[in-house]
Amino acid sequence: MPDRHREKKSKYTLDRNIPGAFEGETVTRRGMMNLVANGAGAVAAAAFTLPALGFALAPIFKRQVWTWQPVGTPEDFTEANYVTKVVNITPGIGEAGNTIAYVRKRDPNIDTEPEDQYNHFIALSDKCMHLGCPVRYVQAAERFICPCHGGVYDFRGMVAGGPPVRPLDRFYTRTNETTGLVEVGPRYSVNNELQRFSPRFPGEPINGIGQFLYPAQFDTASPPPH
Amino acid sequence: MPRIPTPPLPKALQPKPKKPAESNGEVHTYPAPIDAGISVVDWLDERTAMSPGLRWLLWRKVPRGVNWPYTLGSATLFAFLNQAVTGVFLAMYYRPDVSGGAYESIRNINDNVFLGQLVHAMHKWGASVMIILIFLHMGRVFFYGAYKYPRELTWVIGVVLVILTLAMGFTGYLLPFDQRAYWASVVGININAGGPFIGPFLSNFLLGGADFGATTLSRFYAIHMLLIPGLMAALIGAHLYLVTKLGISAPPWIKADPQHDGDHAPDEAEV
Repeated sequence: MPDRHREKKSKYTLDRNIPGAFEGETVTRRGMMNLVANGAGAVAAAAFTLPALGFALAPIFKRQVWTWQPVGTPEDFTEANYVTKVVNITPGIGEAGNTIAYVRKRDPNIDTEPEDQYNHFIALSDKCMHLGCPVRYVQAAERFICPCHGGVYDFRGMVAGGPPVRPLDRFYTRTNETTGLVEVGPRYSVNNELQRFSPRFPGEPINGIGQFLYPAQFDTASPPPH
Repeated sequence: MPRIPTPPLPKALQPKPKKPAESNGEVHTYPAPIDAGISVVDWLDERTAMSPGLRWLLWRKVPRGVNWPYTLGSATLFAFLNQAVTGVFLAMYYRPDVSGGAYESIRNINDNVFLGQLVHAMHKWGASVMIILIFLHMGRVFFYGAYKYPRELTWVIGVVLVILTLAMGFTGYLLPFDQRAYWASVVGININAGGPFIGPFLSNFLLGGADFGATTLSRFYAIHMLLIPGLMAALIGAHLYLVTKLGISAPPWIKADPQHDGDHAPDEAEV
């Protein structure tokens, strides 16, 4: 708290009778040394803090590469049943980087979402949209069932019961013209109308307001030019 | 330079007055080993001036009526020390390698390393013990009203320590890298992502990318053994300083004694 009874010092060093003062000078030696020493300390601290922080946070901003993995010939897949295929989503870490895609041929009678070049084959992710446990396809019931908390999805991957907040994620698929093989691309998320969204974490509803509460991430792979 | 007044030495350590029969003018000397010990302590004390601080820390007055629940804080501290010591030695054998090495190194600790199964189990069960103890300690402080003025900051630091302890449990759970560890962490990270706006970014940070990747395990390992333990050690230091500085609160059922106002019964202070 400033002392009101003390006379206010002039800001000019000349008025304060400081030896070697210049006309119009306001910065004292002590003030200058304070600034330089603290400034140097701040620069030194920032010099190791900022790179370390950037190093730790960089993965948030990393963009994924768009890759295609062959999973079989078009004849391997039917409209009536899913074929279980192992696809790699993180290369270089062995089995921990693998996931499962349930693949079938698109059936225009039940698949009402608009057809384009990426969904001649339907490839569903096995990641439960409640909390990410692996779901299992049961052909007798034509349902996907999650072992963790009882999430159930119908044949198209829409939620049929339990806690999941949105239909099963999907993978882009295409038929490679040169090899003739069916290929699986990156994962994408869908809302209840099966509109495509960039991949979100399980447990994040993207119907209505949800798509704004859980914005697209920086690491989303962007579709390639075809 | 004025010295801070130091609390008196406890009775057991005060020099005893000589019996009349012994005081025949001789200078009392200690046997050589004790004398050497005294010289070492004196040498240290002359250079560090530690003894008032140690006396301040160790021989404190304690209010009447303290009971067993008051020991839960030290019990939690010992659980933390157990985790620290066993953790350091587990780190000598553990390999945070996603492509099979982590699981294999834990299997090696359990199956081949001398006392490995014991040290691993001490760390694993000690984690649960610490979480149980820290919550019992928290309950004791809450139900005795010991968080009230002037001990609010001690409480706040304690709550941060509870959160850090749970974070230790979460990050440590992944390290054995078996099916249970993997899927529990996947579920935990996805619960984390359920927070609107910031949740997905936090999960990306934890995963070190969009999906469970090569760096996720080493990230959890670094957080588990370097980041949080360092923070916890510093906060435990602050917590203990405040406990010593402010003293221990009496149980709520102890009424203030007008005869000993501001004084404590010295004979009941030993705990």
